[in-house]
Amino acid sequence: MTEMVDQVRVSATAEKVNARLQRRYAVEKRFRFYGIASIVVALSFLAILLFSIISQGHTAFMQAEMRLSVTFDPSVIDPDGGRQKAVLSSADYTALVRNALLARFPEAEDRLARREMIALISQGADLELRKMVMGDPSLIGTTRDVWLPAAASVDQLRKGHMSRDADKGGQFTQRQLGWIDALESSGNLSSRFNKWLFTSGDSRQPELAGLWGAVVGSFYSLLVTVTLSFPLGVATAIYLEEFSTRNRWTDLIEVNINNLAAVPSIVFGLLGLEIFLNVFNLPRSAPLVGGLALTLVSLPTIIIASRVALKAVPPWIREAALGLGASRLQMVMHHVLPLAMPGILTGTIIGMARAVGESAPLLMIGMVAFIVDVPASPLDPSTALPVQIYLWAASPERAFVERTSAAIIVLLCFLAVMNATAIFLRKKFERRW
Amino acid sequence: MPIASEAFLQQSGRAMTGTSKVTAKDVNVYYGDKHALKAVSLDIRANEVTALIGPSGCGKSTFLRCLNRMNDLIEGARVTGLITLDGDDIYDYSLDVVQLRARIGMVFQKPNPFPKSIFDNVAYGPRIHGLAQSSADLEEIVVSSLQRAGLYEEVKDRLSEPGTGLSGGQQQRLCIARAIAVSPEVILMDEPCSALDPIATAKVEELIDELRENYTIVIVTHSMQQAARVSQRTAFFHLGELVEFGDTEQIFTNPQQKLTQGYITGRFG
Amino acid sequence: MQFSILLVVLLLLSAVGFRMGRGRALQVGGPKARALHSLPSYYGYYVALWCGIPAVFLIAIWLSCEPFILQGIVVGALPADAKSLPSAQLSLLMNEVRQLGSSGDYQHASGAIASTAAEQYRNLRNMSFGAMAVISLAMAILGCVLGVRYIRPDLRARNKVEGVVKIFLIASSTVAIFTTIGIVLSLLFESLRFFRMISPVDFLFGLDWSPQMAMRSDQVGSSGAFGAVPLFAGTLLISLIAMVVAVPIGLLSAIYMAEYAHPNFRSVAKPLLEVLAGIPTVVYGFFAVLTVAPFLRDAGAAVGFSIASESALATGIVMGIMIIPFISSLSDDVITAVPDSLRQGAYGLGATRSETIKQVVIPAALPGIIGGVLLAVSRAIGETMIVVMAAGLSAHLTANPFEAVTTVTVQIVTLLVGDQEFDSPKTLSAFALGLVLFLVTLVLNVVALNVVRKYREKYD
Repeated sequence: MTEMVDQVRVSATAEKVNARLQRRYAVEKRFRFYGIASIVVALSFLAILLFSIISQGHTAFMQAEMRLSVTFDPSVIDPDGGRQKAVLSSADYTALVRNALLARFPEAEDRLARREMIALISQGADLELRKMVMGDPSLIGTTRDVWLPAAASVDQLRKGHMSRDADKGGQFTQRQLGWIDALESSGNLSSRFNKWLFTSGDSRQPELAGLWGAVVGSFYSLLVTVTLSFPLGVATAIYLEEFSTRNRWTDLIEVNINNLAAVPSIVFGLLGLEIFLNVFNLPRSAPLVGGLALTLVSLPTIIIASRVALKAVPPWIREAALGLGASRLQMVMHHVLPLAMPGILTGTIIGMARAVGESAPLLMIGMVAFIVDVPASPLDPSTALPVQIYLWAASPERAFVERTSAAIIVLLCFLAVMNATAIFLRKKFERRW
Repeated sequence: MPIASEAFLQQSGRAMTGTSKVTAKDVNVYYGDKHALKAVSLDIRANEVTALIGPSGCGKSTFLRCLNRMNDLIEGARVTGLITLDGDDIYDYSLDVVQLRARIGMVFQKPNPFPKSIFDNVAYGPRIHGLAQSSADLEEIVVSSLQRAGLYEEVKDRLSEPGTGLSGGQQQRLCIARAIAVSPEVILMDEPCSALDPIATAKVEELIDELRENYTIVIVTHSMQQAARVSQRTAFFHLGELVEFGDTEQIFTNPQQKLTQGYITGRFG
Repeated sequence: MQFSILLVVLLLLSAVGFRMGRGRALQVGGPKARALHSLPSYYGYYVALWCGIPAVFLIAIWLSCEPFILQGIVVGALPADAKSLPSAQLSLLMNEVRQLGSSGDYQHASGAIASTAAEQYRNLRNMSFGAMAVISLAMAILGCVLGVRYIRPDLRARNKVEGVVKIFLIASSTVAIFTTIGIVLSLLFESLRFFRMISPVDFLFGLDWSPQMAMRSDQVGSSGAFGAVPLFAGTLLISLIAMVVAVPIGLLSAIYMAEYAHPNFRSVAKPLLEVLAGIPTVVYGFFAVLTVAPFLRDAGAAVGFSIASESALATGIVMGIMIIPFISSLSDDVITAVPDSLRQGAYGLGATRSETIKQVVIPAALPGIIGGVLLAVSRAIGETMIVVMAAGLSAHLTANPFEAVTTVTVQIVTLLVGDQEFDSPKTLSAFALGLVLFLVTLVLNVVALNVVRKYREKYD
C-alpha cells in the first residue's frame, strides 16, 4: 500500500521536473551563450584595436624619397678650401638642394614655381647633405645621386591619404602634380625604408620625426628603474618572507605595499614632481627622475612577485640548509634565492614591461617636452616611448597619425618581446615540488 | 670554536664511550600557550644510539629539535631549562647557533636533498664551514662521507647528477652522508625511515648501527621494532612528559611504568 | 662624470680592502685557517664594508646638505637690492644661477648679478666636490686600516657582515612606507597652501571649475573658480560607463573560463584576454581618439543623435575594455577558489550547471568579486592617459554620456604640464585634486583588499 503511494509521488515529482526541464535547459544554453559571447566580444575588441593600429601604422615604415643628382659645389660649401669643421657645418646646404632641384626641373623659373618646386622636398633635406659632407669631406666637388626625403605631403599623396583634387583637401597644384608624376615614372621618386623613424629624435617635420630619442629616453629610465627596483624589491621580499616575524611593523609594510600596488600611477608623478624636482632640485624632464618615479610604480609588482616566488620554495630546503649549520643568510643566498630566481625575474620583467608602457608619471615630471636631440645621459632632457606616442597623437598632421600608430607598433613589439621572455623563463625554469 | 678534526673525534669518541655527551635538565617548551614539553631531563651518552619513542604529538620531535635549536625557527616557540653539549650551555647567548648546528647534525623525516648534484649536496656543509682547503680535500671528504653512508658504490659514476633523482632510500642515505660530511659530534634523526620501504629501512638501520662507532646518535621513531633494533637506550614520551628512560632491553622487556608497558604492548598508541 | 669616477675609486678601494682582510685572516688564522671563526672571505667582506659604508654615508649626507648650504652662501653674497627681492623672484634668480653654474656658460645670464653669482656658485660647487672626494677617500682608507686591525681569529666576521646585510634588507622594506609618507606629505603640503587661498568647502562642493580665470584676473582666489564637483561627476560618469562595459563582460568571461571552458580553449583564450591588460593605456587613448570616438559620432549622426567627439561614452567604453581582463582574472581566481564540495552538493540535488553557478558558486564568491570590482573602480578613477587623450578639457556638469566631460586626472595633467608657478592656486589645485584622488582610491583599495583577504581566509 505504502509502496503504491510512493510510486505515485515519485512519478509526480518526475512529472513536475520534466515539465520545467526544457525551460531549464534553455536557460542553461542561454547562460553558456552569454559566457562565450563575452569572451568573443572582449577578444574582438582586442582584434579591432590591433587591426586599426596596424592598418594605420604599417605604411609609416616606408616613406617617399626623391633621387636627385646633387653637386657638392665647393664654392657653396667651403669657399676657402680650409675644410674646417665650423665652416662645413654652417654652409648653405639648402642652396645645394635648390640647385639640384633646378637641374631636374629647369622649367621652374619664376619665384612661385621655385617655391612650389622646393615644397616637394623635405625641409630637412639640407641636413641630410650636411651629415654626408661632415662624414666624408671628400664628397666636396663631386656630383652624386642622392636619395633625399620627400615632403610629408608628397608621401601622403603617394600613400593615398591625400586627394589629388584641391577641392578635396589636396595641397598640390597641377604643376606640382605633374612634377611628382614625372619623378615617379622616371623612378626617381619611390618608397624606401623609413630610416628616420628609427634613427632620429623628434621633429616638427613628420618625414624626419623619429623614435630613437624616445627609445633612448625609455632605455635610460628603465635602466634607473631596474637598478633600483630590482635590488630593493628583492631585498624587501627576502626580509618579509625569510627574516621577519609577523608583527605590527611587518603588517604595516604589507598594507603599504598592497596599497601602493593599487595607487593610480599619476599620484607617483605628483610625488616625483614635488620631492624629486622641487625638494631635491633634480633636473626636469630627465630620464633619471622618470626612472625614479617608475621605480616607485614598479616596486610593488616586483615585491609581490618575489614574495610569491620565495613562498613557493618548499620549507624543507630551508630546514636542510639550517640543519647543516648554514646561517639564515647563507640559506637564503645559497638555496632559497637561486630556486626562487626564475619567478623573481619573471615578475621583474613583467613589472618592467608595465613601466615601459607607463606615461602618466612621466608627464608630471616634464618628460613631455618637444625634444629633438637624442639624450646622451640619464640627466639630459628626454621623452619616453609612450610619451612620444602621446605627443604625436596630439599633432594634427595626417602624417603624424600614421607615425603614432607606427610608434605604437614599435612599443607593442618591445612589450611582446619582454613578456615572451618572461613566459619563456617561467616555462623553462618553473619547478614543481 | 674550531671544529674538532676527525681523527681527534674518533679517539676522543672511543675514550668517552658511556659518558654524557648531551644533557638536558628540566627542559620546557611552549608553543604560544601550549605547553609542549614538560620538565624533561635526559642524559645522552656518547657513541650510543638513543631512541625517543611515544605516540604522535608526545613531544619527542620537539625535544629532538631543542637539541640543535631548530625550535628557534618556529614563531612563538619558547624553551626553558638547560641543555648542554660537552658541558656548554647550547642556549647561551654567546654561543653561535650556526656552529652548534655544525656540531650537531640533523637528518629529517622526509629525505630532503638540495636540488643540486650529489657531489654539491655533500660538499655544501664542508664549503660553508671551510673544512676543505683545496678541491682535492673537498673531494676526499665527499667520497669518504658517501662511503660511510654506504652510498658511494651506488652513485660513484653519477656524482654530478641531481640528488633528487635518487630513490627514496638513497636520498635518505645521501642526507646522512651530507650530515656526516661536516663531521658532527651528534647526529639527530627525526623519523628517518618513515618515508622509506622496508628494504631501504633495513639499509638505513644498518648504517645507523655502523655510525654509532664514531658519532652520538639520537633517533626519533614511532616504530618500536626499530627502536629495539638500533638503539642502546630508549626514552618513552607521553603528552609532553618523559615517562621512562633506560636501557632499551630493559624498557622493552621489563618496563617500570604502566604507561610504557601499555604502549609497547600495543594497547594504545 | 667626476662623480662616477669617485664611486669607481671607492669600489676599487673596497675590493682592495676585501683582499687585505682575507689575507690578514689567513695570516692570523693559523695552519689551514682552523682557528678562524668564519670563512676567510667573510673577513674580506668585513674590511670592504668598513671601507665602503662610512664613505658612502658621508657622500649621501654631503650631497643632500650641499644645495642648501651653497644656496645660503650665494644668497648671502648677493648685493643688497637683490637680497631684498620678493621670495618668488629670488627663487627664480637662484634657479637661473644654478642652471648657469651647472652649464658654465654665463653668456645667457639675465644680468651681471646672475653671472657673478653663478660663477661663485660654480666655484663653490667645485670646491665642495673636491673636499667631499678627499674626505670620503680618506675615510675609506682609514676604514680599511681600522678594519684590518680589528681582525682576530675570534672576530665573528660572518655575523657582523650578515648583520649589515640584514640592516640593508630592513631598510629596503621601509621604502614602501617612506613612499606612502612621501605621497601624503607632498600632496598635503601643497594642498594646504591651496586651501589657504581657496576654501575647502568651495573646492569640494563648488559647481564651477575654471582654473584659468585666476591667472587672468591676477587676483588670487577671488575670481578663479575652483569648484571641483563637475570633475568628480565627470570622473564618476566615465568610470560608471567603464564598469557597465567591463563588469558583465569580465564576469561572464571568467565564469565561462572557470566553469565551462575546455582546458585547451582556456589555455588560448585566457592569455589572449591578458594581452588586453598588457597594452599600455596610451595606446587605448589613441584607439579611443582614432577609432571609437569617430565611429560613435558617425553612428550617432546616422540615427540623429549628436555625440560629441570627446564624449564620455567613447572614453568610458575604451576604459571598460581596458578593465575587462582585470575583472575577469580577479573573478576567475575567486571562482576557482570556491570549493568543489559546494558544486557537488548542488549537482547532487539535480541542479543544472548554470543554476549551480548562479545560486551556489556566485553567492559564495560574491565577496571576492565585489572586492575585485572595487579595485577595478579604483583603477578607473585613477586612469589617466585614456581620459587625457579622449575626454574633454572643459568642465561641464552633466549626466549625458554623449557630451564631453572632464575628469580629475585630466585636470591634474593639464594644470601641471608645461610651465608652472608654484604660487598660483591654479597649479596648487592640481595637488588638491591629487589628494582627493589618492584618498578616494586609498579607501577603495583598503576596503577591497580587506574584502578579498577575508574571502581568501574563508576558503584557505
